[in-house]
Amino acid sequence: MTKPTVYIIDGCRSPFLKSQGRPGPFRASDLAVSAAQPLLLRQPFGPEDLDEVIVGAVAPGADEANIARIIALRLGCGHRVPAWSVQRNCASGMQAIDSAFTDLLLGRSNLVLAGGTEAMSHSPVLYNRHMVDWLADMNRSKSAWQIIYTLAKLRPGFFVPVIGLLKGLADPVIGLSMGQTAENLVHRFGITRAEMDNYAVTSHQRLMHAQKSKYLEEIETIYDSKGNFYSQDDGARPDSSLDKLARLKPVFDKKFGSVTAGNSAQITDGAAWVILASEAAVKKHNLSPIGRIIASDWAALDPAQMGLGPVHATAAMLFKLNMSIADIDYWELNEAFAAQVLACMAACKDDKYCQTELGLDKAFGEIPHERLNVDGGAISIGHPVGASGARIVHHLLKVLRRNHAKLGVATLCIGGGQGGAMLVESLQ
Amino acid sequence: MSTQYLNWTVCHDNSNLAWLRLDVAGSRTNILSEKVLGELHQILDQLADKPPSGLVVISGKGRGFIAGADINEFTEIPSSQQALEKIRFGQGIMDQLDHLPCPTVAAINGFCIGGGLELALACDYRVALDDPGTRFSFPEVKLGIHPGYGGTVRVLRHVNPLIAMDLMLTGRSINTRRANNIGLIDHIVPERQMENAARQLLMSLPSKHRVSRFARLLNSRPARTVIAARMRKQIARKAQPEHYPAPYAMVWHWDKHYGTEEQMLQHEASSVAKLSVTDTSRNLIRTFMLSKKLKSLANNESTPARHVHVIGAGVMGGDIAAWCVHKGLTVTLQDIRPESLAQARMRAWKYFKKHLGNRLSIRSAMDRYIPDIQGNGLGKADVIIEAVFENREAKQQLFASIEPRIKSDALLATNTSSIEIEKLCDSLTDPQRLIGIHFFNPVTKMPLIEIVNGVHTDPEIRQRAINFARQIDKLPLPVKSAPGFLVNRILTPYIVEAGLLREAGTSVTAIDQAATRFGMPMGPLELADTVGLDIGLHVAECLDQAYGFGVPESFRSMVQEGKLGRKSGQGFYTWKQGKKPSNARRSSNGDDETIQDRLVLRILNESIACLREKIVADKDFLDAGIIFGTGFAPFRGGPMQYIDSRGAMTLLETLGTLQKQFGGRFKPDLGWEELYPEFRSAGD
Repeated sequence: MTKPTVYIIDGCRSPFLKSQGRPGPFRASDLAVSAAQPLLLRQPFGPEDLDEVIVGAVAPGADEANIARIIALRLGCGHRVPAWSVQRNCASGMQAIDSAFTDLLLGRSNLVLAGGTEAMSHSPVLYNRHMVDWLADMNRSKSAWQIIYTLAKLRPGFFVPVIGLLKGLADPVIGLSMGQTAENLVHRFGITRAEMDNYAVTSHQRLMHAQKSKYLEEIETIYDSKGNFYSQDDGARPDSSLDKLARLKPVFDKKFGSVTAGNSAQITDGAAWVILASEAAVKKHNLSPIGRIIASDWAALDPAQMGLGPVHATAAMLFKLNMSIADIDYWELNEAFAAQVLACMAACKDDKYCQTELGLDKAFGEIPHERLNVDGGAISIGHPVGASGARIVHHLLKVLRRNHAKLGVATLCIGGGQGGAMLVESLQ
Repeated sequence: MSTQYLNWTVCHDNSNLAWLRLDVAGSRTNILSEKVLGELHQILDQLADKPPSGLVVISGKGRGFIAGADINEFTEIPSSQQALEKIRFGQGIMDQLDHLPCPTVAAINGFCIGGGLELALACDYRVALDDPGTRFSFPEVKLGIHPGYGGTVRVLRHVNPLIAMDLMLTGRSINTRRANNIGLIDHIVPERQMENAARQLLMSLPSKHRVSRFARLLNSRPARTVIAARMRKQIARKAQPEHYPAPYAMVWHWDKHYGTEEQMLQHEASSVAKLSVTDTSRNLIRTFMLSKKLKSLANNESTPARHVHVIGAGVMGGDIAAWCVHKGLTVTLQDIRPESLAQARMRAWKYFKKHLGNRLSIRSAMDRYIPDIQGNGLGKADVIIEAVFENREAKQQLFASIEPRIKSDALLATNTSSIEIEKLCDSLTDPQRLIGIHFFNPVTKMPLIEIVNGVHTDPEIRQRAINFARQIDKLPLPVKSAPGFLVNRILTPYIVEAGLLREAGTSVTAIDQAATRFGMPMGPLELADTVGLDIGLHVAECLDQAYGFGVPESFRSMVQEGKLGRKSGQGFYTWKQGKKPSNARRSSNGDDETIQDRLVLRILNESIACLREKIVADKDFLDAGIIFGTGFAPFRGGPMQYIDSRGAMTLLETLGTLQKQFGGRFKPDLGWEELYPEFRSAGD
């Protein structure tokens, strides 16, 4: 039995807006709705014709439980389009597409809106445990005497907030922050600070070149209610240089480390979408697919080495298809950290790593830098954790089309020690 | 056990509660006509004889409690004596309900207006459905009267007099939350608890809501004197007693006759009886009837639109979009400039925030207000409204380019304010489908839409445009496609005349205040400032070409100097942050009559010309258009009504004098002779 073809017919994303240290103008569902509206508007079908909506989001707002359903209803899909949310940390957006892919393969759906969204600037600031306990005591205090007694127990330390974002970016099992796992890779592969900073500068330059060349036409302008509009990623630093980056202090392993804010992905708000369609839906609505998904795969590894996830996932996927790195025209490997991307590139061409960790008999191959993240990546564009997976899948198709190439792999590392990869083919 | 009347049904349930259901026969809304009240009288008599343990008054209409008294009946009252009888009759029934020997509750499942609210107030308790459509108001003042079925008396039982008077003086409508806060109702309940709530109230009989001690103090003699004086002052800012006697009578009623309910009721009746036969009230009732006439133009035959596409995110386009969204539609707003879209969305947000209140409704509205740079909404919209700048070529090009993209059954409309449809539709392959849907600025406030009919326009398209206007709760006025259509054509000579008066040395305030003292909502020069002098000049120049109205030289020079009115901060007035200084001196009214004659006669003369050219079908439509499109003194009933009340002959004489003094622009239009044949002899 041949597998049915799963098409990607269109996609888009919001501009990725760098966190300014306070909640940004859009919440996660706002970003997703604003970006999807123009996407749906240009389709020959209406929002109510979708079979389901799947959204990846790592930390939606407290009142955004099952954010996908909220988004679907706000988009005018009506009461009858089911919607569900997925969470696989940094790969949530790719998981959404993968879940849609699966449902299409199974024949359960014909037309699916899938993507991811994240408003990292809105991540909550919480009371710490002491404060919560104290508030509970206060609530239970009835008599004036009790109230005075409880009040007297209040300590300044109770007011120290828990920063949700930092909790989210730390591994809850081994206790390392994501940046510290990147420091592990620096150590393991002997990556220098200069190499990382160099990589970061290239990311910014590539993004700026792409912006100038209008390669990012998948960005939809979005509007807040204060009279502002946003039509471009705002993370690119035109003045980024090795000199400037070298001056930044390491933030994760303070003092002695080498992973800095400048060579890590930015904290950003954004949403990205693709529409997946079956053969039948393509015929029914007379759609013109931009690509198809050939395969996807997931792999897991030591959480302390999570940055190498892409190597494991990609190897697993390509092996099953009897393909090698050389068969792939273009790559999107999410830039969580410059160190982590460089480590992945190093691991792939390292015989020993491939033998011991992947069980291969020799090195997997070399991913050429000029075919990898050609229009910049999360270091310059930003990494709204729920959205990035969808962004790189869709953008990869754009890159393939622009270069008249055929096959591409989009892959990400996932906090907690996993990797995800997706193989797509451009159809022109 | 249930007894069926023509309009009412009485059901007794197991717990001996009587459910009194009003479902007025042959009407979509419940109206308290004489017949309906007569039946209620009979029913209450029987209930008083054999009282149930409680009575619930409910509405048999799915949504909406009672919309008030039957206004048609008020048009037929010949004398104040008959009015008094009619009012005493209604009051008597409310008293009957009030004094029923069993507890009563009104279960209000939607709008509760005027007489309906008075009926609800005659019950012991009021529970209201938690729904945005549930609104309460005393709109009587808008018809030149005040509540007459005991409303002015009973509302004071529950509501602080300052708030109660404000409700009755402004006629504004309030939502359930506000009604609950001020004590007008006892509970807000969801539909699922409506019956339960009514039943439980009647079983448990909690103490009735009464005004606070402080509010009772406000009703005391000394407090009333002080407050009433303040109220009169406030009213005087908006309405003069000779034009609008009702609010003054209302204040007088409370100030001088507050006391026992019995006395107050008697005075309420005699006060309303007197007001109801004034010219003001008759004209206001006529105005109300005119709005009904415009509404009745719609039929329910076309499928309601769901998606509107507006092209041009200027003030007009953006506001049209906001209005349509407010009325439940989804709107895509197209403009090549994202800056304009962002500004339009901000204005919409401010509007929604003010008018929708709750966070989720605002978000839902904003989600339906979709900026659309590429114009992808074109292919999906049921209605397309073009609102780009007034330029014939630009509009023609636009229509030619969008025609292939739109649905074959989409309604294609232009919001042009002055270009004839015939000059725009020739770029279309199907010129029959273009129609004018002309909104007025500010869109959210002005109730009128001109439905501009080109000679080619398909009559079915016209009907659909009218239905669309009703769908978005505007009043459709069919007009012929001629430069300026109706409203702008009549307003322009009036503004031009004001400009000429100004050039001749009359002060800005003297001109504007003469106009407002005539009853216009805003003086002509302030209006010019508000619209923007550049836009006003453009319209004046267009219409000058067509009709020779003249263009005051000062308009041109002001526009050249960049004095564009409110938007530039300087026009005839100096504007600060969109407001003109409020300390403008009140000018003496010594010259009012000559100023008013010059301004108003140009309106009247042009009105006659429009009728002669059949721009609108008849006098009623003309009056309706001018009242709802310009705010022309509604208590005067519109220009044609005004001609009738002042006497066409008198006006002709004045026109003749003005013609001698100022020349051709006051030359009586030929239409006077056609409409008033007595002129033919007089003119010779």
